[in-house]
Amino acid sequence: MKAFLMYTDHDFDLQQKLPPHAQALTQDLELQTLFNAMALGDKFVFEVAKQAVLSSVTDLDAIRYRQHILQDCLKNPSIVRDIYAIAVASIESERKNFWGLLSKYPAMVLNRSIDVLQMFVDMLKKLRHIAEEHAGSFESEGFTAFFAMLNTELGDDYFASVQHHLRTLKFRDGVLMSAELGQGNQGTNYILRKPHDKKQGWVERIFAEKPLAYKFTIDDRDESGARALSDLKERGINLVANALAQSTEHILSFFTMLRTELAFYIGCLNLQGQLTQKGEPLSFPLPVAPSERRHAFQGLYDVCLALTMEQNIVGNDVLADSKDLVLITGANQGGKSTFLRSIGLAQLMMQCGMFVPAESFSANVCESLFTHYKRKEDASMTSGKLDEELSRMSAIVDTITSNSMVLFNESFAATNEREGSEIARQIIRALLEKGIKVFFVTHLYEFAHGFYDKNMENAMFLLAERQADGRRTFKLLEGEPLQTSYGEDVYRKIF
Amino acid sequence: MTFHSILFERTQDNAKKETLEAPAFFVDLNLDQVIDAITAGRQEYHLEPLFYASLNDIDAIEYRHEIMRDLEHQVLSDHIRTFAQRMRTMRKQLAQADKLSYTYQKESWFVDAVETYCEAITGLVHDITHVDVRSRGFLAFREYVTDYADSSRFTSLLAETKMLKADLSAITYCLLIRGNSVQVRKYESESDYSVDVAETFAKFKQGAVKDYRVKFSTWPTMNHVEAQILDLVAKLYPDIFLHLDAYCAKNGAYLDETVAIFDREIQFYLAYLEYVARFKRAGLQFCYPHISTTGKDVYVYDGFDVALATKLVTSTSSSSVVCNDFYLNGEERIVVVTGPNQGGKTTFARAFGQLHYLASIGCPVPGREAHLYLFDRLFTHFEKEEDIKSLSGKLQDELVRIHYILTHATSNSIIILNELFTSTTIHDALFLSEKIMEQLLQLDLLCVWVTFIDELASFSEQTVSMVSTVVPENPALRTYKIVRKPADGLAYAKAIAEKYRLTYDRVKERLQT
Repeated sequence: MKAFLMYTDHDFDLQQKLPPHAQALTQDLELQTLFNAMALGDKFVFEVAKQAVLSSVTDLDAIRYRQHILQDCLKNPSIVRDIYAIAVASIESERKNFWGLLSKYPAMVLNRSIDVLQMFVDMLKKLRHIAEEHAGSFESEGFTAFFAMLNTELGDDYFASVQHHLRTLKFRDGVLMSAELGQGNQGTNYILRKPHDKKQGWVERIFAEKPLAYKFTIDDRDESGARALSDLKERGINLVANALAQSTEHILSFFTMLRTELAFYIGCLNLQGQLTQKGEPLSFPLPVAPSERRHAFQGLYDVCLALTMEQNIVGNDVLADSKDLVLITGANQGGKSTFLRSIGLAQLMMQCGMFVPAESFSANVCESLFTHYKRKEDASMTSGKLDEELSRMSAIVDTITSNSMVLFNESFAATNEREGSEIARQIIRALLEKGIKVFFVTHLYEFAHGFYDKNMENAMFLLAERQADGRRTFKLLEGEPLQTSYGEDVYRKIF
Repeated sequence: MTFHSILFERTQDNAKKETLEAPAFFVDLNLDQVIDAITAGRQEYHLEPLFYASLNDIDAIEYRHEIMRDLEHQVLSDHIRTFAQRMRTMRKQLAQADKLSYTYQKESWFVDAVETYCEAITGLVHDITHVDVRSRGFLAFREYVTDYADSSRFTSLLAETKMLKADLSAITYCLLIRGNSVQVRKYESESDYSVDVAETFAKFKQGAVKDYRVKFSTWPTMNHVEAQILDLVAKLYPDIFLHLDAYCAKNGAYLDETVAIFDREIQFYLAYLEYVARFKRAGLQFCYPHISTTGKDVYVYDGFDVALATKLVTSTSSSSVVCNDFYLNGEERIVVVTGPNQGGKTTFARAFGQLHYLASIGCPVPGREAHLYLFDRLFTHFEKEEDIKSLSGKLQDELVRIHYILTHATSNSIIILNELFTSTTIHDALFLSEKIMEQLLQLDLLCVWVTFIDELASFSEQTVSMVSTVVPENPALRTYKIVRKPADGLAYAKAIAEKYRLTYDRVKERLQT
């Protein structure tokens, strides 16, 4: 039994190693803010959200699979939260019983497992009840399959047979086990046996040959004998105790997986609640194949900025289909970084099956997403700033593949403009030729204008808007890269 | 060709009773350490006496060389090791049977021991049939053990053991434990309940899970409940257990004596070869020496003191083993070793003795190439601590000892002398030494003499001077190389004085300022 709410055919792996650039993405795109908003203080949801967002899916069907499940969740939030609560309660109450498993005595392991199984059975019954009650309100492939599985696997017969086992394992009729002669003729290989059915007809009973059997009894005062006997019994039930304990572990992992996979959607519900409350638009993105080049959106905003700001923020509209390079120049504090971040965030959110912060959004999925941002001076003084930047760049080049995307934010500016431009030009040219999509925010005029002059079909140039009086609108418009970034404006503002 | 022993081709050779006492020179030559290292981990075989007896004819040595060479092939030695391991297991099983008190338990361990023995024999025969052995010893042994394995005595033992084991292991019985009572009966194909349980919950199976089985400690001894159950099992299967009793009564003396002796004696070779392998791994060489009983031309290239090398090879210290050459040609009989202290003189003398002794027990010796003399007796005299009980004084003790050696040595003996007469004046020492030297020369025997008396080095045509050397630039550093050259005690003294600025000129110079 599998929940399969993240993938159609396999479990979501919370332990899967994140890509090496996950750390940079988290820092550059302020992902902590996003994860916190999804988690609302629940550490587990936080971990799941982090894992899901950072381990992007590139398969379009897989993205749509999750989108549909998320749509079901948005329609039935309280039922989904109920299922989640059952999973959480099962896991927590199992944990309270944990000590029994550490026992040196199979009988303890067995009794503990019986108790836990009894509790699990009750929880499973609740789950099935929800499935019977509400399956009709869900449309997605994922939920439909999930509810159908609960109905077929957890029938009344099944619950009855489990109950029967739990009763039998209390051994009211004694412990029957087989053994063989091992080294030194000592009993070994003790196996608990199921007694033959006694319900024979009276004729069989009379004519059945009574098997040869010998019997002895331990004296009541023979303490060491009693110990030896109970030791034998322990050996006999060892395997069955193991089987039962493993079964509880299996059921526990079913609940754990259910909780894990639902946690992602719980995170989405949490985020949706906050953004809707702020009146910010959300929409389900339209992903297209990695080999295509599409970026078309309206009202795309930086979700992390939105979560931290009181007032509503400005969204951008861009139509950058069939573009490989988007170069963003223009006014300082004109919203360039925010725009770049919103591109990255939307990409990650789309590629984990979430809604995106935009009125509409469509983009090609990318094999992987990288960020290369200007960083603070290296405190350890181990390398110069340009050294550090280039070494990060080199690490990206080590792992990047075609149809990936890189977001550059004021990279290679740690040297003079001519050198920086030349470095940037050479790198970007190579990336584009490899089929890698690039968003580049820069003040390197020579670099930006050099590309502009080439009149490339697949390049787009955006400018941060500055009105004549120096006020910023935080809107980006298409336009020729300018030689000034209006730093003077900022200078004036401060002095 | 009948087989007697893997150590001696002819029975009369091993007529000498095994002695527990190491030869007198063992301690002086550090051979006690060597034999300890060789036999370490093989205490159960009690191999020391085998290393205490030197051989006195070349053919007996050759017999061992051949076997040693055969065993140098990994394939053969691995087979023998497998055999030895089984025999060791067998002995442990017998010991276990001995320790137990319940009869059926003792008997079971005994059957196991016999089974292991049968495996050891059949395994060995199977393994060595197609191995290319050349030695007289192995050829004869192979024939012997093959015949033994085919004998009805062995084959019937094997068949009966197998049958009994099969019968016993086929027994499956059931226990029904209810309160204080235990019912014992035959197993009637009742199904495994844990499989049932696992199947019921199989649908939840996710990934790998922990193993919750409790590990029960098992003791070879049974408690009385187990014993009672076993007795009832025996009642359920009376034929099998009667057979078991009869088998044990009949086969008490199953072990073939020649095989048992081989099992011990072959360890002499394995132990030595394993010891040699350590040095080979460290880049040192061993060789089969040419042995002569007639000419006294001897030589060794790259020989070394094995006792010292054992320490150096096993320790983590970086000091490497220094190898030395020596030779005696024509009339040359006595090597006189002089030179700076701590320069490897004693080590050299020891190596000379070790090489000859190891050669005399038929073993390969440390060195690249060796030609050695088969002595009748080996004598050593190493400087001893003063004996408090002796009232006579050190010099007299020394002379008594030397006298003993000189009266017992023949021209076929080897004598190793280390620092004689240090407790008297140089004048006396020279006088005494010359007297001794004359007698040694008269005996015409091989001798190594470590001394501080340079004059001895050029005593006659028959003496050869060898000197321990130092690094010329830094005289405090020894090379541990002993080379043939005239004795010159002063050369070293000058060098060391220079180093400490204590030469005449230096001292004068220093005193002026």
